[in-house]
Amino acid sequence: MSTLSQTVEMEKPTAKGNAVVSIQHLSKSFGENHVLRDFSFDLKQGENAVVLGKSGSGKSVLIKCIIGLLSPDKGSINVLGQNVPDLSQEELDRMRVKVGFLFQSNALYDSMTVRENLEFPLRRHWMKSTLDDVDGMVMEALENVGLGHTVDMMPAELSGGMRKRIALARTLILKPEIILYDEPTTGLDPITGKEISNLMLDVQKKYNTSAIVISHDMNCVKIVANRIVVLIEGTCYAVGTYDELKNSNDKKVKQFFE
Amino acid sequence: MKNNSFKSFLAEVGDISAFAWRFFTEGFKPRFEFNELLRQCYFIGYKSLSLVGITAFIMGLVLTIQSRPTLVEFGAEAWLPGMVSVSLVREIAPVISALICAGKIGSGIGAELGSMKVTEQIDAMEVSGTNPFKFLVVTRVMACTLMIPVLAILADIISLYGGYMGANIRGVVNWDLYWYQAFDALSFSDLLPAIVKTFFFGYAIGVVGCYKGYFSNKGTEGVGQSANSAVVVASLLVFVIDLVAVQITDIFQLT
Repeated sequence: MSTLSQTVEMEKPTAKGNAVVSIQHLSKSFGENHVLRDFSFDLKQGENAVVLGKSGSGKSVLIKCIIGLLSPDKGSINVLGQNVPDLSQEELDRMRVKVGFLFQSNALYDSMTVRENLEFPLRRHWMKSTLDDVDGMVMEALENVGLGHTVDMMPAELSGGMRKRIALARTLILKPEIILYDEPTTGLDPITGKEISNLMLDVQKKYNTSAIVISHDMNCVKIVANRIVVLIEGTCYAVGTYDELKNSNDKKVKQFFE
Repeated sequence: MKNNSFKSFLAEVGDISAFAWRFFTEGFKPRFEFNELLRQCYFIGYKSLSLVGITAFIMGLVLTIQSRPTLVEFGAEAWLPGMVSVSLVREIAPVISALICAGKIGSGIGAELGSMKVTEQIDAMEVSGTNPFKFLVVTRVMACTLMIPVLAILADIISLYGGYMGANIRGVVNWDLYWYQAFDALSFSDLLPAIVKTFFFGYAIGVVGCYKGYFSNKGTEGVGQSANSAVVVASLLVFVIDLVAVQITDIFQLT
């Protein structure tokens, strides 16, 4: 089985049109702290959109609103045709199966082996008839991230890069249509960071996923971004490709590329 | 200031009550996490057995040694097994077992769920569309509710054995006579309330430990606070439940 992250320089797939996530006039405050103000943005199918912003600018709040971990104060978040704030718990759970979320801290279940980590969502969603080959599905997901040999290891025995890959395998095992990455390369060395970025690009190609990537690692942004959204003071300040924004004359935008 | 802390106390009581009720609304709907329940029963029950057993043995031994001189003074040494068995079975063994478990299990659950919360593992379960409450809370509360009565019954037996040893340090009591007198003093109305209240002790310890861990925050400091307050609140609740239980048994004239 081929490993996803073998390629070093890869061509980025292009977006195909329809919006899979549509955010309109989103606002979210914590007390007096207005984190998101009238934020609007569309994620197209097959696109990797990077949300760029300073620490504490509301990037993580944005993706937590999309997945329904936080409820917005105002605005709509349409994910695959459903408005997230209006969904019941049951509908939200069904929607979440189609939307993968990769945590900055990986959030691997540390009392379970790698196999149990991957089986956890699988055994709770798939019909019994499709569960006959759980081992096969787990091994396929692990081979895809090049870590088949770690299947019976505990998360504490793995390096940071390996944990990130396992977390990505756990996200991919439910075959999501959209993936939300929360700072996927933070805390990793540049080489491992590049490997993870290439892996994300490969996932986009192989599974035709759309993704919102929260990052301020410009190497990662350059590799994965089809489009970049600059989040400043809670609003969608600028949108464009990497080259467009890099050559922008706007000081606030330019500071991210210096 | 006082008003605010009173309000937050009431708010917390309300939150814990809602959390405790959620156990019933979610715990009896499929999917049932039997494997996790068995795993928790093993950790909560089997892994606490030695600690509860040693404590119960010492309590039985000490209570007998302490009670003996007073009874000897009145020439009522023969009442020793009966008096000790009533004290142990009705009150001391269940309450001491529950307090030991509040310390060991309450802090363990509070710290475990607290660290899962701050490392986003609970959020990870939620975003994968699974129900972390069912997997983490229902199984632990159920395991505590089932295992603490078992531990308390074992503590009853072990503490009575401790009593036998204590009775034989300064005097001589025949094995058969000791157990005959110990059980002769006990009636159904001694056993039933004592066992029933341990289910409530277990439920309270499980709910408080899970609540404190599940809503932990402020990083590692928060995990420490969760574990600590889980022990404090669970221990206090054991006494409150014991107080309520004794009133109820008194109303029904089971005392």
